[in-house]
Amino acid sequence: MNKIALFIPLVLFATLSLFLLKGLDRDPTELPSALVGEAFPAFSLPSLMDESLLSTDDFAGEVVLVNVWATWCFACRIEHPMLNQLAHQGVKIIGLNYKDQPQPARQWLEDRGNPYLFNIVDQQGSLGFDLGVTGAPETYLVDAQGIIRHRRIGVLDQAVWDREFDQRYQQLLSEDQ
Amino acid sequence: MGRLLVVCSLLLLGTVPSANFDHRSALWASTEVVEFSQPALRERYYQLIQELRCPKCQNQNLADSNAPISADMKAQIQRMLEDQKTDRQIKDYLVSRYSEFILYRPQVKQNTWFLWFAPIGFIFLGAMVIWRRYSSVKTSVQGDKPQLTIEQQQRLNKLLDSGEDNP
Repeated sequence: MNKIALFIPLVLFATLSLFLLKGLDRDPTELPSALVGEAFPAFSLPSLMDESLLSTDDFAGEVVLVNVWATWCFACRIEHPMLNQLAHQGVKIIGLNYKDQPQPARQWLEDRGNPYLFNIVDQQGSLGFDLGVTGAPETYLVDAQGIIRHRRIGVLDQAVWDREFDQRYQQLLSEDQ
Repeated sequence: MGRLLVVCSLLLLGTVPSANFDHRSALWASTEVVEFSQPALRERYYQLIQELRCPKCQNQNLADSNAPISADMKAQIQRMLEDQKTDRQIKDYLVSRYSEFILYRPQVKQNTWFLWFAPIGFIFLGAMVIWRRYSSVKTSVQGDKPQLTIEQQQRLNKLLDSGEDNP
């Protein structure tokens, strides 16, 4: 009995080490999203380019990316070429212009190219709040039924696309057809 | 604590000319004075922003955080309090958007049982170990009688005998 008891601290230490080791690989900014698997929240907000009101009906029946961006967001500058490239490949991207001013936002799209089908103007951040947006950029993958399938906090680059989005996106597309 | 914050912020406000007041300044954001129709709501407000966690600047609660998102969340809490919502309703509303990550006091659910009850288990375990140690020390004291050499035994007997002779 006593000899076995001597090993208890070692076992405890090993267990603790395992947990800590696992913790090293975790990215603490990757939050569990409350909305993955839920419907995209209902909204009624103006469009950036014309003054028409947009709602979830405007992208119902399509597999789309919803990209949260703003001109004040530095990382969005880095992300923008990737969005242009995806749009060029035929990915449907909808912009959510988050807590921004319309005029600089339009200028931004003129200067850097416009990868978006249309842009939802969320000046107060109300839709962002319902989505659980913590900042820009963020990207949501929404299926044809309007269900959020994946969420990315931070820059969407080629590596993230390959790792997190590509397979899901292709699968949703094939389901849709 | 909540009241102290308000008093401190009032004192600070008093020392600065209001023309220079910049609401974006980091110093002010955490000590903002929030107006409520009833004082009881303010108590609950400070209670809530103390125990809800900012999803952006992690490891800060809403009260300490200056992130725009926590300002939004605080404004939402204030609105919901004025709308006579219960604390539970407010928390559920925020959790449905920002996930359980934002609860510094997680709900007692199947996946948080370990978190809630493991400390009690560990205390019990510790008590067991101490109790076993203690009882084994006691038995070993009783079990291993000190062995005396014949010489020592004779001396002991002599001492005991002489003690009887001279009470």
